[in-house]
Amino acid sequence: MQKICKIKLARASGEITLHFTFYTLHSKSHTLYILHSTLIKNIMKIKTPLNKKDLQKLKPKQIVYLSGTIYTARDAAHKRLVELLENSTEKSKQSSEATSKLPFNLEGAVIYYTGPCPAKPGEVIGSCGPTTSARMDAYTPALLDAGVIAVIGKGSRDESVIKSLKKNKATYFIAIGGCGAIYKNCVTSAEVIAFEDLGAEAIYKLEVKDMPLIVSVECKM
Amino acid sequence: MRENNNNNDKRIINTEKIKSAVYNLLLDIMVNIDANTVRLLEKAYKNEKCQTAKFTLKTILDNDKLAKTDNIAFCQDTGLAVVFLEIGQDVALEGEYIENAVNQGVREAYKDGYFRKSVVDPLTRQNTKDNTPAIIHTKIVEGSSVKVNVSAKGFGSENMSMLFMLPPQSSKGDIIAKVVECVKTAGAKPCPPIVIGVGIGGTMEKASLIAKYALTRDTATPSKCKDIATLEQEMLMAVNKLNIGVHGFGGDCTALAVHIETYPTHIAGLPLAVNINCFATRHGSILL
Repeated sequence: MQKICKIKLARASGEITLHFTFYTLHSKSHTLYILHSTLIKNIMKIKTPLNKKDLQKLKPKQIVYLSGTIYTARDAAHKRLVELLENSTEKSKQSSEATSKLPFNLEGAVIYYTGPCPAKPGEVIGSCGPTTSARMDAYTPALLDAGVIAVIGKGSRDESVIKSLKKNKATYFIAIGGCGAIYKNCVTSAEVIAFEDLGAEAIYKLEVKDMPLIVSVECKM
Repeated sequence: MRENNNNNDKRIINTEKIKSAVYNLLLDIMVNIDANTVRLLEKAYKNEKCQTAKFTLKTILDNDKLAKTDNIAFCQDTGLAVVFLEIGQDVALEGEYIENAVNQGVREAYKDGYFRKSVVDPLTRQNTKDNTPAIIHTKIVEGSSVKVNVSAKGFGSENMSMLFMLPPQSSKGDIIAKVVECVKTAGAKPCPPIVIGVGIGGTMEKASLIAKYALTRDTATPSKCKDIATLEQEMLMAVNKLNIGVHGFGGDCTALAVHIETYPTHIAGLPLAVNINCFATRHGSILL
């Protein structure tokens, strides 16, 4: 095992920032641990299940590292999820079976907008950075009303989503677009749990560790 | 003038070579983004004042290193393969039909590179499962070489592109205003800092085509025409005043570069196409 440690001292906005980057090369796979250890009290570690009270304490632009269970869904999966949700709402009075058709429990769930690359042999997943969130705007309020506690993507959201986030005390995190390789390394396990026919757009259940995210309620339009 | 030009005067190129060029380029560009872009991102990181944007740029630069170390796709949106072929008129092609050869190169690269297959039928949305067909633009040029130019176009940025059919008397200021409008509408959606390809003139499809072609230039390499290079700088400055910044966190780093291509147009109009690329500018070319 080879370990390289880079320490960089930079002065920005009058504060001193320390960046540690550890590259650890294992015999089989390469793992990169990025630790943006800063003197600014800006980075916070959070774990699923997320708590609405704690989420309310987060401020826009705050950097968090998320660990725990999250579910992937993008355009096609969103359409299906909302259709299932609408069906289940209509039928809920008659049977409890309808809701069980949802591929995962939406209550307290975290949804990540991504369509990953295929995993190389021996790997958990391929590149898996965020996709543009705005395309999910039409579906997001319904999912938030159904209990989804946080969504992760990139770019701005429309008014209806911002209102719904506030109403449901839910949060929108920005993942850093284009950084597929970084996010791939945060995923410790991945399993397709629904809509396998959609390929990259299937719903994956992911276990993540220290996924770098930025709290965003008011991303500039 | 000879009427019966025979193939002895031609340079014979087997389309297998074009297939290999497409294959090798795709495997390379998906992992190694434009080197000039990386330099500009490093510079932006150094100058960035907003802590959130600085963190974002640091993560982007780490992602670049990691993609190279692990030899994996920089971004999961490995895009649509856009292939510009410039075929010398003194070349005689042999072998498989050229479009099939290009598509075979794409098919094999997306499989062997473990890249995402993102191509679907536009109406049924059925995935073709091998990322084909590629978008192929063929041009016959002078000479006896073949230039294979490949880009991987992600759609987060492609979706934010626009076409304007401006009135003929539009000034440079009007053109700049339209480009600014397009970038403003795009906001944080196309993963800024972006690279902007601008096509001015021609017809509606010509403007779009040259805007796309402009993006295959190495990032921030100015136009060879001095006036156009000046306009590129003016546009870049105007766009960077929008305060969108890195990923929408504000600041003056909204775009890394503007590339303009022009073509003569009709007295009655002025087509203007704006094609946006995210910072993951993936393109490369091989001369055969």
